[in-house]
Amino acid sequence: MKTKWIVPTLYIIFLLLPIYWLLNMSLKNNTEILSVFSLWPQDLTLDNYRVIFNDPSWYSGYINSMIYVSINVVISVSCALPAAYAFSRYSFLGDKHLFFWLLSNRMAPPAVFALPFFQLYSSVGLFDTHLAVALAHCLFNLPLAVWILEGFMSGIPKEIDETAFIDGYSFPKFFVKIFIPNIASGIGVTAFFCFMFSWVELLLARTLTSVNAKPISAIMTRTVSASGLDWGVLAAAGMLTIVPGALVIWFVRNHIAKGFALGRV
Amino acid sequence: MQLQLENVCKKVGKDFHIRDVNLTLEAGTLNILLGPTLSGKTSLMRLMAGLDQPTSGRVLVNGEDVTGVPVQKRNVAMVYQQFINYPNLTVYENIASPLRIAKTPKDVIAKKVQEMADLLKLGPMLKRSPQELSGGQQQRTALARALVKGAGLVLLDEPLANLDYKLREELREEFPRIFAATGSIFVYATTEPSEALLLGGNTAPLHEGTVTQFGETIKVFRRPQNLITAQIFSDPPLNVLPVTKLNNTMLFKSHVEVPLVGKLPELPDADYTIAFQPNNLSIIRKADSDISVKAKVAVTEITGSESYIHVDVAGLRWVVLAHGIHNIDIDATIEVFLDPSTFYVFDKNHNLVVTPASVSEA
Repeated sequence: MKTKWIVPTLYIIFLLLPIYWLLNMSLKNNTEILSVFSLWPQDLTLDNYRVIFNDPSWYSGYINSMIYVSINVVISVSCALPAAYAFSRYSFLGDKHLFFWLLSNRMAPPAVFALPFFQLYSSVGLFDTHLAVALAHCLFNLPLAVWILEGFMSGIPKEIDETAFIDGYSFPKFFVKIFIPNIASGIGVTAFFCFMFSWVELLLARTLTSVNAKPISAIMTRTVSASGLDWGVLAAAGMLTIVPGALVIWFVRNHIAKGFALGRV
Repeated sequence: MQLQLENVCKKVGKDFHIRDVNLTLEAGTLNILLGPTLSGKTSLMRLMAGLDQPTSGRVLVNGEDVTGVPVQKRNVAMVYQQFINYPNLTVYENIASPLRIAKTPKDVIAKKVQEMADLLKLGPMLKRSPQELSGGQQQRTALARALVKGAGLVLLDEPLANLDYKLREELREEFPRIFAATGSIFVYATTEPSEALLLGGNTAPLHEGTVTQFGETIKVFRRPQNLITAQIFSDPPLNVLPVTKLNNTMLFKSHVEVPLVGKLPELPDADYTIAFQPNNLSIIRKADSDISVKAKVAVTEITGSESYIHVDVAGLRWVVLAHGIHNIDIDATIEVFLDPSTFYVFDKNHNLVVTPASVSEA
């Protein structure tokens, strides 16, 4: 019985090792990274982080990413709310097929859509804007949001809606005052999932931007400079990229499982 | 307020959920919709509330057609079988919600909510969330919200069905007192004949979306105009005996001969259905005029002080309600006794032609 901690411990070490190594690298200088094998920084330095916070070509990447991710979350959730309500409460011609078709949008690799999006956005002047990336990410976030929200909404009995209407609530008033508070955790989980997919998505974000809206993940992939690869700065950038995700996940930690089950628990 | 349903039909796909219902409900009355599951009680209530629109027919309030009026503009309140409260609001806010929407002044809301909470014994729970309450308290909250509004029409859809026995008794006893305090039309759906009898008022038995009779509960119970009404209003199931009257004899196949007593000789020769309640079927002879029938015991249910003995008589299933505990072996053949003075007789269209002597006199 005393050995039962071994397996989980090994598992956690296995999972955390790359992240630890990233942290380790981000606190060393390039010479140390390349010349010696050290389990912890021999010569601790925050220079790498300093570079990122002082160089606009680095920190603008974070800002760009956060802008388009925020736009995407807002669009996805606000469009998915009425759609999910319709799927959850009404039956209409082809509702089940339409609902399934929504999810099938997620089944094609984003690469398929990179080309049409690039051409389309270039021709309407959206290329290299935050809105372009946010809209492109709706392609897979909106269906996901509809599915998750529908699951949460279907957990609220329809009689609540009717009771509210009988009490005299108009539809918008009911939706804002009664319905949304009841699915608040669902909205939080949905926002988190939209955030997550938009934050990690690289291909569309890189294709649809050049300078003004370039995301951090794209910046991290092109750091071969004249002086070679700047390992330390890259590692620091990686560490900083993990932080927002870790922060957001903290807020929805109790509801994540229900979100992965698309709200159907 | 007066609520009138005129030839109301509700069709879903090809099925009639409600068929040609005509009802007039007056202010200050308690009206019971009695019928088994799927008989259309909830459908009818939803039409009365305006949650659903009838396929044809009209709904009138005080003589005014309100058929297409949305539910927000109707003067109604409703309580469901499930305990429906707003989980994000406190009990106080739940009860106050219809008043807030109606823009009632704050002090009036506080007073009314307090009154309602006292009436329904919710006083100490006002600050809690509905999920922290017991089932009975949750249902009382829903009831308080429905009553506080002072709506002209209050619909209660099997409000006690999901409560345990003790709470049901308790709330059922309180109902007449609560109802009396308002001048509203109450509509109360239930599957249980005993509940209808306990509550009194008027009863509309429902069968497959049709109202089979409407009138004072006790009168509907004692003088059902047709066989189906009598069957809906009997728990355990009504005993039925199909007979043929021919040349001064009344026979069920060759098994049972019914002596022509009381009003039976006046009936013309035809097929009839005799119905009698389980408590009028006995395993002991009570009078010389009783008809003796051989029956085979199918099952015996003991409910404490009474026993339900289910017996088979030539393809018919009857229930004997006997006092005391009777443990009779299955498949044993026993003698059961019918009292002709307790017979309801229905003609071949299942309309009542003979009422039992005891009921006729009353």
